[in-house]
Amino acid sequence: MRYLDKENIENIATGASLFGAGGGGDPYVGKMMAISAIEKNGPVKLLSVDEVDDEDMYMPAASMGAPLVMTEKFPKGDEFTRAFNRLGKYLGKSIAGTFPMEAGGVNSMIPIVVAAQAGIPLVDCDGMGRAFPELQMTTFHLGGVSATPMVVTDEKGNLSILETVTDKWSERLARDQVVEMGASASVSLYPSTGRQMKQNGIKGIVTRCEEVGKIVKQHTKGKKWQLAQLLNLTQGFHLFDGKIVDISRETRGGFNYGEMTVQGLNDDEGQQMTIEFQNENLIAKRNGQIVTSVPDLICLTDMDSLVPSTSESIKYGKRITVLGLPADEKWRTKKGLETVGPKYFGYHFDYEPIESMVHREVKV
Amino acid sequence: MKYRLGIDVGGTNTDAVILDDQLNVIESTKSHTTKDIETGIYRSMKTVIDQSGIDPAKITHAMLGTTQCTNAIVERKNLARVGVIRLGYPASVSILPYTAWPQDMVGILSGKYRILHGGSEYNGESITPFNEDELRDLLKKWQGEVDAIAVVGIFSSIKPEQEQRTEVIIKQLYGQTFPVSLSSTIGSIGLIERENATILNAALHKVIQKTANGFAQSLIHEGVKNAKTYLCQNDGTLMSIEYARQYPILTIGSGPTNSIRGAAYLAGAKNAVVLDIGGTTADLGVLVNGFPRESSIAVDVGGIRTNFRMPDIISIGLGGGSLVKEDKDGKITIGPESVGYQIEEKALVFGGDTLTTTDIAVRLGQAKVGNSKNVAGISLEFAKKVESKIKEMIETAIDQMKTSGDDVDLILVGGGSIIAPERLAGVRSIIQNPKGPVANAIGASIAQVSGDFEKLYSYEKIKREVALKDAQQFAEKQAVLAGASQETLELVDVNETPLAYAPGKTTKVRVKVVGKLI
Repeated sequence: MRYLDKENIENIATGASLFGAGGGGDPYVGKMMAISAIEKNGPVKLLSVDEVDDEDMYMPAASMGAPLVMTEKFPKGDEFTRAFNRLGKYLGKSIAGTFPMEAGGVNSMIPIVVAAQAGIPLVDCDGMGRAFPELQMTTFHLGGVSATPMVVTDEKGNLSILETVTDKWSERLARDQVVEMGASASVSLYPSTGRQMKQNGIKGIVTRCEEVGKIVKQHTKGKKWQLAQLLNLTQGFHLFDGKIVDISRETRGGFNYGEMTVQGLNDDEGQQMTIEFQNENLIAKRNGQIVTSVPDLICLTDMDSLVPSTSESIKYGKRITVLGLPADEKWRTKKGLETVGPKYFGYHFDYEPIESMVHREVKV
Repeated sequence: MKYRLGIDVGGTNTDAVILDDQLNVIESTKSHTTKDIETGIYRSMKTVIDQSGIDPAKITHAMLGTTQCTNAIVERKNLARVGVIRLGYPASVSILPYTAWPQDMVGILSGKYRILHGGSEYNGESITPFNEDELRDLLKKWQGEVDAIAVVGIFSSIKPEQEQRTEVIIKQLYGQTFPVSLSSTIGSIGLIERENATILNAALHKVIQKTANGFAQSLIHEGVKNAKTYLCQNDGTLMSIEYARQYPILTIGSGPTNSIRGAAYLAGAKNAVVLDIGGTTADLGVLVNGFPRESSIAVDVGGIRTNFRMPDIISIGLGGGSLVKEDKDGKITIGPESVGYQIEEKALVFGGDTLTTTDIAVRLGQAKVGNSKNVAGISLEFAKKVESKIKEMIETAIDQMKTSGDDVDLILVGGGSIIAPERLAGVRSIIQNPKGPVANAIGASIAQVSGDFEKLYSYEKIKREVALKDAQQFAEKQAVLAGASQETLELVDVNETPLAYAPGKTTKVRVKVVGKLI
């Protein structure tokens, strides 16, 4: 158990935008909300998963909708207190604490806001270990925990509790409600017991985000040191250094699709990397050959500072260092790959773990 | 013959030029920027008019690019007490106005705010009904306690009516001349950043009155009695002085923009990279269709995050006074330390004891300043190594500013430009001009007038062409208000960004139009 202060939060926000893997939104608004909340209510208590009681009930907190809308219209601040009260009554249990569902710029911060306001602890685990676009894409779903009863609520006070037959139905019905509430709303889903969190959560993700943030902040130690530390922490690979020379984007069904081309620099001079994304980065190819694919993480960072780049900041001429990080083992199971593997996103190849692809490439 | 007078206040110098109606430079001058700024402006104005010998009554346009507003924010001087009214309750309460501002600044501005009912959703529907009684009650309470009010509605660019109505009510109660800043006329989407810019704008109203009045009086004192007067904006365009009185925040950051535009004008280029090498840093900007490219990232002004447009400029620690060092492995580092303005005492060629980039340029015969004998002892091999490092630093910076892989034209200005190599990779041609030193003031005097507009449209509800036309009309209205002539307006930029996770093909549209001065 420890407490999170402003500096911890800033580091967590930085790390979470790395694990956002191109998605997860701009951390700025979320960070401001979290900092405002702890300035008002004091530091937030962070528990490791091992410290929670098996029988207690925990509720994740997240924002759902269009990230751009959230830069203009953000929450009132009491949405989750309301949501937790209602859901507690519905379930007949009180809510002992909260945790993040995804590691992204915005949704890593919302639970901190909630914990500060409600005076409840934050638990150091999440349901993705990265960002994904749809709400059935969680390790809790893989473990058979239902997304519902789920609460969808807005700043005005509208609130609904959903019960659905599958988690995919939760995604469909909640998405419609969120749009009606102004394309950005607060949601709480996958109510879980301590035992379920121990079984299904991605443990230590908050601390891992913070560690990343700390490394990125220490720019005086030099990029080489920072990069080595980052790769060591995440068991990741330094995939590519280069400059973005082309980027195409289009929106279909509310999602951003696109592809960017990165021309090699430094050790990658003369080579090319293409990265395909649907909100999050999905596939990285080096000279046409796949080197990393979803659910493994493809993370873009500023080439000089290693500050994570969100997809909104990606533009022609930006110099980036591309990192490939292995996804949690839970994503690499049969059900994991059915839920978020390349085929779910419309590709026709089988997933291969990043470490085996990278090692084969080195041998050639 | 008719003339234009252009003045630009920089950190070190205040430049002034006079152009004829064909925009030829007739006379130019430079004097040190004074602490109060005003004196320097007046001094340069007087000198340039006297030296030119023209009849000041024949000056038809007078332009000023000034740092008075920037300084007021940085020095926290002369700022107004601002009441902030945000419309959108209960949305947005989780981040209150003035969050993350420097504490001293909040104190000076009085820190008063209230979040009232109102505001819009992304599609224009009301969040909650706007309540005029609630507003009137608040204004009665604030009476006499604020000098200006900033009004910030959620998604006000989609529905500016609530902000406008708020202004009407404030003026009914506080008088027609009471300063009110509306966020829909100032920034783009992104509530916190737009709110911050609107607050700063409101805070600057006293400063801008003093600036505008001071400029007008100086002109009259010098016999410039027939001139229309303008202030420079940070996007490289002008606004009439009447318009500027309402939007002082737009004057911030006009200096680098003027430098880029002036340099480009002198070089006769519309698309180029401008490299301004000074004593300590080199600044790079990009000119696209005659305008500086805008930065896409949030800009901090005096420690406050805003989102209004600023030129996309990068600075690298390379100048004519940069220190050159070699470590024991033979690795060369240049800058960011510099002897700066002390170059004429400290550099080797001037008899000093510090090795600078200027010494290397002299050793290689690129430049003839100081005494070349002082640097004869530097080995040619070493000098070449330094030169290639300088070349690499400049080339990397240029490449970072490019928007495509094609070679670019480079306009080279600034006192430190003697250190630049003759050839650079990725550069088609290097253009230099002897009038480079007063490029800023020239940039100020040749500018046009622009109008910007940004809004979300649902392309399912409104046809794309209709939406673009609508946005263009709003931008044109802004440009005319700022002093552009309607007939000369042209569309220079259209930017469409589709919204992720939003229905109805919702797209953020931003347009910019530009026209000539009336």
